[in-house]
Amino acid sequence: MSLLTIDKATKKFGGLTAVDGVSFSLEQGEILGLLGPNGSGKTTLINLISGALPMTSGDTRLNGVSLAGKRADQIAHAGVARTFQLVRILPSLSLMENVMITAVFGAKSHWGQAAKDTAMTALGRVGLADRATASAGSLTYIDQKRLELARALAAEPEVLLLDEWLAGLNPTELAQGIALIRELSQSGLTILMVEHIMEAVRALCPRVVVMNSGSLIADEATQSALNDPCVIAAYLGDSADA
Amino acid sequence: MKYVIYPVALALLAAVPFVASDYALGLLIGMVTYVTLASAWAMFSGPTHYVSLATVAFYGAGAYVVAMLNEVMAYPMILLITAGVGAAMALVVGLSTLRLAGVYFVIFSFGLAELIRQLITWYEINIYGTLGRYIFVDITARGIYWQMLALAAITIGLTAYINRSRLGLALRVIGDDEVVAAHSGIPLARMKLMAFVLSATILTLAGAIASPRWVYVEPAIVFNPTVSFLTVIMALFGGANRLWGPALGAIPLFLAFEYLSAHFPDVYPIFLGALFIGVVFLFPNGVLAGIEGLRRGKKEETA
Ligand SMILES: Nc1ncnc2c1ncn2[C@@H]1O[C@H](COP(=O)(O)OP(=O)(O)OP(=O)(O)O)[C@@H](O)[C@H]1O
Ligand SMILES: [Mg+2]
Repeated sequence: MSLLTIDKATKKFGGLTAVDGVSFSLEQGEILGLLGPNGSGKTTLINLISGALPMTSGDTRLNGVSLAGKRADQIAHAGVARTFQLVRILPSLSLMENVMITAVFGAKSHWGQAAKDTAMTALGRVGLADRATASAGSLTYIDQKRLELARALAAEPEVLLLDEWLAGLNPTELAQGIALIRELSQSGLTILMVEHIMEAVRALCPRVVVMNSGSLIADEATQSALNDPCVIAAYLGDSADA
Repeated sequence: MKYVIYPVALALLAAVPFVASDYALGLLIGMVTYVTLASAWAMFSGPTHYVSLATVAFYGAGAYVVAMLNEVMAYPMILLITAGVGAAMALVVGLSTLRLAGVYFVIFSFGLAELIRQLITWYEINIYGTLGRYIFVDITARGIYWQMLALAAITIGLTAYINRSRLGLALRVIGDDEVVAAHSGIPLARMKLMAFVLSATILTLAGAIASPRWVYVEPAIVFNPTVSFLTVIMALFGGANRLWGPALGAIPLFLAFEYLSAHFPDVYPIFLGALFIGVVFLFPNGVLAGIEGLRRGKKEETA
């Protein structure tokens, strides 16, 4: 049985079908790239999986258990963690508190020292451990992204959803970021990552799914997907519009 | 250390009526009442940033429970019922409004007090027969003071406890970003509701305890929106996110308002409005935090 199954996920915003009957699945420990031109529905799909938005129809299943119709907090509790395309941190809380919350309110329900230890481990993995007591409001953009990833990791999730987590980094940071995600993947975490940076996709994802105008147009090995005429057409069509 | 200081301070405060004049005791009761209201308000609104103007809806309801039951029941029983009424009201209101964001919640909470006033007015005229009731409870001013002091202590103690609990952490996350809160596994509705009900129950009890001072009650007297505004200003003035902030805001402002409303009744509302705007714009985190920030700024300059 697959760890995460997306089954005909559909989302309509009024007349616009942002996600149109998308189906694919992730195996335990897999790292899968989710590609597609701007506005193709990638973030919306992530929102459907994490429960940020209710589905119009379709289902997602984690370990065979249906998540459709569940609230975001219930889905988080079930073991799905995510980061946001537009980074979201809690500016009035310390780094430690920012990260601790998923340990406290997630599946493991840690409290006290256990929660702090989990948070510290997560902060350590992204290289922020030495600033645990600082206020999150003072962080630079890249550190905010790190903090957000640490928060997702402290949930000790079964599936991690990354929405362009590598966007906006300089080349050095990008190399560090890729190394960090590879490390997470090698530690056994199942990851679904939305990414525009092909270098990162090639380096990290053996397999990708590609969306265009809400529909899935490819689900195959990365190399063949990037040479797939309909994938190339989708991207070219997009840049021709722009 | 604090396990000694707090009980001693509380005992000293409890002993004040033995030396205070009747006038001073009256002031003291008003002061402690607002300490309770501002602290209970901040229990929910401080961390979540849901600004509630419903304070007087609960406070007034508490007074009305006493007014309606004081002839048929023993006082302790009335207090129990008051707590139940407050919690039930908050549950209904919370379930229907805590999904509202920002300014809609503010407006709804304000409307709530008005709605309850109208409901009670309608009930009194059409069912009870007259508008206005008397409260005769066999209780002294000292008794009222002691009860309100106990309620204030419970409120601040409970807030300290919540601050260190999961609920407190959840509320602060909700105040910063509800989307992140939900995606971190926090059940938004349940957490907000819990805090709102606790806060509202205390507000309602405060109304019940203060009510014998009125002797005669009428909806227009009891449901005075100024109470809601004062509570917000006091809590924000002292800092709604600090344990002692609302209390420290309530004491000076209560005295200032007493003085102004007695000596300058005409400029009093203007002062109130100006202070409200001043606090919100200049010291969004409270005057205490603002002063601390200034001092820190100066130190850094000189360093
Ligand atoms: N809450 C919403 N209400 C209405 N329309 C929306 C909403 N969210 C997204 N859309 C629309 O759905 C479509 C898909 O948007 P989405 O953000 O999922 O694209 P994306 O693939 O993540 O794009 P990008 O690469 O730019 O991040 C777009 O046309 C967008 O305008
Ligand atoms: Mg997107």
